[in-house]
Amino acid sequence: MADIHTRELARKIRIHALKMVHRANASHIGSCLSIADLLAVLYETTLQYKADNPQYLDRDRFILSKGHAAAVLYAVLAEKGFFPIQQLNDYCSNGSMFAGHASHHVPGVELSTGSLGHGLPVACGIALAGKRQNSTFRSFVLMSDGELNEGSNWEAILFAPQHKLDNLVAIVDYNKLQGFGAVKDVIDLDPIVDKWKTFNWSVREINGHDHCEIEKTLKAVPFEKDKPSIIIAHTIKGKGVSYMENTLAWHYKSPNSEQLKLALEELSD
Amino acid sequence: MRTAFIETLCELAQTDERIWLLTGDLGFSVLERFGNYFPERFVNMGVAEQNMTGVAAGLALTGKTVFTYSIANFPVIRCLEQIRNDVCYHNLNVKIVAVGGGVTYGTAGYSHHGIEDIALMQSMPNMTVITPTDPFETKQVMHAIISKNGPCYLRLGRGGEPNIYGNLSPFEIGKATCLNEGTEIAIFSTGPIISEVLKALVYLKKNNVNPYVINFPTLKPFDDETVKQIASKVTNIFTVDEHTSYGGFTGSVSKAMAMSGFNCKLTQICLTDEYISITGTQSYLHKYHGIDAEFICKKILEVLK
Repeated sequence: MADIHTRELARKIRIHALKMVHRANASHIGSCLSIADLLAVLYETTLQYKADNPQYLDRDRFILSKGHAAAVLYAVLAEKGFFPIQQLNDYCSNGSMFAGHASHHVPGVELSTGSLGHGLPVACGIALAGKRQNSTFRSFVLMSDGELNEGSNWEAILFAPQHKLDNLVAIVDYNKLQGFGAVKDVIDLDPIVDKWKTFNWSVREINGHDHCEIEKTLKAVPFEKDKPSIIIAHTIKGKGVSYMENTLAWHYKSPNSEQLKLALEELSD
Repeated sequence: MRTAFIETLCELAQTDERIWLLTGDLGFSVLERFGNYFPERFVNMGVAEQNMTGVAAGLALTGKTVFTYSIANFPVIRCLEQIRNDVCYHNLNVKIVAVGGGVTYGTAGYSHHGIEDIALMQSMPNMTVITPTDPFETKQVMHAIISKNGPCYLRLGRGGEPNIYGNLSPFEIGKATCLNEGTEIAIFSTGPIISEVLKALVYLKKNNVNPYVINFPTLKPFDDETVKQIASKVTNIFTVDEHTSYGGFTGSVSKAMAMSGFNCKLTQICLTDEYISITGTQSYLHKYHGIDAEFICKKILEVLK
C-alpha cells in the first residue's frame, strides 16, 4: 500500500514547509499544511512526471492555483528530486527564485501563480490542447476555497464541460477559512457539490487528509466520460499542528522558534 | 484590416499547425473562414475574456501559437492581469488581437473605444506592440509576428481602412518608415490615423511646409534610432495618434527624444485625458477631438507661427 510512503512524504513536506516559513518569516503555513496530504498522494501515486526532465511532453501538468502555498509545493518537488532539498533554504531569500508565491522559475512548477483565479483557465487550455491532439497527459489544478470567489474561475467552470475536458481534474482545498474569516461568512460556497454538478462537472467529495481515499479517488478520474472531474477535498487549515488547526491567524503568521519546536515535536514520528 | 488579418491567418495556418484562434464570441461573418478550415484549432470561448486569455496561455504552454480576438478593450483591458501574469511573465506565444483600436467603433460609445490600450500593453515586459497602418501592412505584420517568439499585441482598425502602402510596405518589427522626406519639421504617427496625416501633408505643402512624415507601426520595441536621427534635423516634432495623452506613442517619442539629447519642440496631437461623452462616427470624433487632417494642419501652422 502506497499509504505508508505517502504519509511519510506528507510528514516530511509539512516539516520542510514549517521550517521554510519560520526561516523566511513568511505567511500561509496554514494553507500549506491543509494540502500536504493531497500533494503527497498526487506526487507519490498519481502524476506522471520525470523529475530529471521536467518539461517532457507527455507529463501530466499540475498547477497550484493557490500560489500562496508555494512552500509546500517546493517541498514536495524537492523531495521528489526536481532539485536538491537544501535549496529549500532559499525560500523567500534575496536573489533566489523561490518566491513566496509559486514561481515557474523553479523546476517542476508549471505556472507562476499567486493572484487567485488564474490556475483553472490555464489548466483548461492545457487540457484542451491534450484533447484535440489526442495526447495522453492530464491537467490537474489545486484551488483554494476562497479562490472560488474569483469570477474567472466560473468562466472556466462553464467552459470545461462544454468542451468535454475529461482529462481535466480540479481539486478544491475546502478548509472553510479564507482571508478574513469563515468561508460561509464571507462568500458562502455551499451547496458546493450541487454547484459543480449543475455546471456539468463530475463531483466527488472526500476527506482531504485520508490518504487511501485521496489515492482511490485520484485513480478513478475521469469519474465520467466526457466530463471534467472535480474533487471537493474537505480539509483542516493548519492540519498536523494542533495549535494551528482551524485557526485563521495561521493564514498569516509564521511560527517563532518556540512554536516551530512544538510543531516539529508533533510531527516527529 | 480585419479581412487582411483573417486571410493572412488562414494562409499561415495552412503550413503552421501550431496556430490556433480563440474568439470572445465576436467576429461574426469574419472569423468563420478560419473555423471552417481549421475546426480543431478554432474555439469560440464565449463572452469570457479572462478565461480566453488563461486558456490561450495553457494552449501556448503546450507549444501552440494562439491568437485571441475580440473588439477594442475586451481582449486587452478586461483580462489585463491574465495578460500580465499568465502570458507575458511566462513569455508565451499568445498574440492578442484587438479590433477597433482608437475610436473606430465611434457611435458604440466609450465602452467600445480602445484608447488607453497602447500605454498598458507597452508596459508589459516581453510584449511586442504593433498598430499596422493599412490592410497591406497588416499582412506583413502577421508574417513577422508569427516568426517572433513571445506575446504580441496587435491593434487593428475595423475595416475599410485605405491602403497607404499599396503593395510596398517594408514592414520590419521595430523599424519606422519614412512616408515623406521633409525639412525643418516632422510628423510622427502610427496606425490608420496616418491617412489623416497624409491628407494634412497635401495642404501643408501648399503652405510651403514640408514635414517629414514617419510611420512607427511598432510601438514596442520602439525605433529610438529613427527618432534620434530626425530630431537632429528638425526644430519641431508633432506626434499624431488615436490614443489618450498619457504614455502610449507620444510617451515613447518623448522618451527617445530626451535620451537622444536633442531638444526640439514636441507637440502632441491626440485624444485628450478625458472621457469621451458624446457619440459620433470615427471621423466625427476625430474632428471633435482635434485629430483630423484639418486640425492637424491648423495646429502645425499655429505652432510654427
